[in-house]
Amino acid sequence: MSDKKKELKPNTYKFDTLSLHAGYQPHKNAGSRQVPIYQTTSYLFDDVDHAAALFNLERGGHIYSRISNPTVGVLEERVASLEGGTAALATSSGMSAIFLTVMTLCEAGDHLVVSSQLYGGTVNLFRLTLPKFGIKCTFVKPRDTEGFKKAIQKNTKGIFGELVGNPGNEIMNMPEIAKIAHDAGIPLMVDATYQTPYLCKPFEHGADIVIHSLTKWMAGHGSSMAGILVEGGKFDWMQNDKFPTMTKPYEGYHGLSFAEEFGPTAFTMKARAEGMRDFGPCLSPQNAWNVLQGIETLSVRMKKHCSNAEEMVKYLSNHESVAWVSHPSVPDHPDHELAKKLLPNGRGSMIAFGIKGGKDAGVAFINNVKLASHLANVGDTRTLVIHPASGTHSQMDEATLKFAGLSHDMIRLSVGIEDIDDIKNDFEIGFRAARKPRLVSNQ
Amino acid sequence: MKFKVNGHEVFASTGGRPFDKKKPLIIFVHGSGLTHMTWVLQTRYFAFHGYNALAIDLPGHGLSSGESLKSIEEMADWVNDVIDAVGHKEASLVGHSQGCLVTVECTSRYPDKIKTLSLMGGAGAIPMNPELLSLAENNDPKAVDLMMDWAHGPAGHFGGHPVPGLYHINTGTMLAKSRTIQNTLGVDFRACDNYKNGFEAAKKIKCPTLSILATDDKMCPVKEGKKLASLIDGSQVDIIDNCGHMMLLEEADRVLTVLKKFITTNYPPLSS
Ligand SMILES: Cc1ncc(COP(=O)(O)O)c(C=O)c1O
Repeated sequence: MSDKKKELKPNTYKFDTLSLHAGYQPHKNAGSRQVPIYQTTSYLFDDVDHAAALFNLERGGHIYSRISNPTVGVLEERVASLEGGTAALATSSGMSAIFLTVMTLCEAGDHLVVSSQLYGGTVNLFRLTLPKFGIKCTFVKPRDTEGFKKAIQKNTKGIFGELVGNPGNEIMNMPEIAKIAHDAGIPLMVDATYQTPYLCKPFEHGADIVIHSLTKWMAGHGSSMAGILVEGGKFDWMQNDKFPTMTKPYEGYHGLSFAEEFGPTAFTMKARAEGMRDFGPCLSPQNAWNVLQGIETLSVRMKKHCSNAEEMVKYLSNHESVAWVSHPSVPDHPDHELAKKLLPNGRGSMIAFGIKGGKDAGVAFINNVKLASHLANVGDTRTLVIHPASGTHSQMDEATLKFAGLSHDMIRLSVGIEDIDDIKNDFEIGFRAARKPRLVSNQ
Repeated sequence: MKFKVNGHEVFASTGGRPFDKKKPLIIFVHGSGLTHMTWVLQTRYFAFHGYNALAIDLPGHGLSSGESLKSIEEMADWVNDVIDAVGHKEASLVGHSQGCLVTVECTSRYPDKIKTLSLMGGAGAIPMNPELLSLAENNDPKAVDLMMDWAHGPAGHFGGHPVPGLYHINTGTMLAKSRTIQNTLGVDFRACDNYKNGFEAAKKIKCPTLSILATDDKMCPVKEGKKLASLIDGSQVDIIDNCGHMMLLEEADRVLTVLKKFITTNYPPLSS
């Protein structure tokens, strides 16, 4: 008999299992194997005492579906579990998750340091809309790690960025920027929509709040709008006096001190109790269920998204009609090494490439592909293409376009999970059409 | 709120209501390596219903200063000091896991002061797995991961937290990792392992006592909890199905309902 004792190992469920099961117990739901869709606005109170207890956060439970809903709750727990977070709050869209995060953190007079390479809608929120609420932002290029430090002011309440910038594929050095944030006593918020927890868990690299547009790869099928904010639970709100609405008895919620009462889940509790009550961007139970369906196959889909993307990178890199290809898997991508460290399971399925012939060629390519869909979304199971200079970022002038890392010849590609040969054949049609206007104009 | 005991600052949550000397006092004592936050789904109720609900952070834990106390006996005396420090003459005690050892010992030492005792996931002794103890004493985060695995029942491993959006295994992990593991969990596990007086102490307890046990509790199995309860005169036992050691979170509502009935009957609130 071996006298070597077996090493103790925690047997908590792992990623693929959690993506199917976390947050749900059938025996508490009539044995229903699938998560039921609780299509209801409100929930019966047992008696007046029970009602008061729910409003005072004395007990857990549901009151009204703007604040919480059991189907949405399963989604929230599932994403929290996959990210390694303590709590999550799902919202009606990715944008409302970002807005709610900022409004939970900041007050008028506050300041944020923000990566300059963001989804166009997020840029508008930070550049134009938040200033209307008295919240100002300083933009820093994602690779300018020192720049994040220099931009921090006395009234700065956090740093915000997309891990892999959209759509230029510039990666921010999350571990170092997290350290800069923490040295300044402020949290790091990361929009990890493009990665999903399958590719990267930002909490493991120092992030404090993770945000997703679930609309994209998490739901995965291009069917439903949804967003979520997830809390890491490590950030100490009480370390300084920067966050009085978290740490002091808060008039906004019956004198509650969220940090004292809820510690590692304080941010989510406040975002729900105050933010959902006052702004109300709640997710519908049907959409929550659709997203849950997508998350069930997250690993399987992400593997295929990533392998197809790497094939497309090879194909495009060797193509005569392509001037340049940007994807973190390309060896000469400036963040190639950082991507290996932060995205060990795959570098994602977003590719940007420059088409020879500039803007006109880009337009011709987009107008002629048949399989790839031309639309304003990413992270569908289907392959999607768009020309940012004339689409998502069309409100930007030349200088802003350049600052956001964009150019007129850039095509943004969200690689789907179709047969790779079919995608390549479709691109050949696009490239052929793109070469034509040049031939004509050269004559 | 913050107050001093033996020269060190102590933090105790008051469940969202200001401390009021006129109201009867309930002290909630957390388990190994954890903090006052484990009680949030019980304390707020009592605080809003005529009690001072004090969920304390043991010295060196959560937001309390000082060094962790090294024995269950010291912790028991310290809980008695807390009652004095907040200006009360008596209290009800509620303990979870290691907190049960502490409150059993405290009740046996100060029988005139303790009016009711509620034990959750308790046992007369909590001998530690030597490997787990060594991991915790060596500051290995795996100790926390193992504890979270064993402390949650099969149902708890799936989640389904009573508070929408909270994932309790990760929340527990963050609580247990919020201070240096060897100084909290390491010291606590050693104190549990060393404590041998539980059964003797139980025999001396005369106040109304409630034990809440859970069928899937691997850390303090039902059998052990029942053994302890059988030594306490007239002790009530409530057993929760399909639930693990973290019943105060896994089945927070059920626990609160049972606790509410027991405490309000045996130690009535200040009526408003
Ligand atoms: C990175 C990123 N964040 C946020 C959003 C906004 O999400 P939603 O469209 O779900 O509001 C998008 C949408 O494209 C995005 O790409």
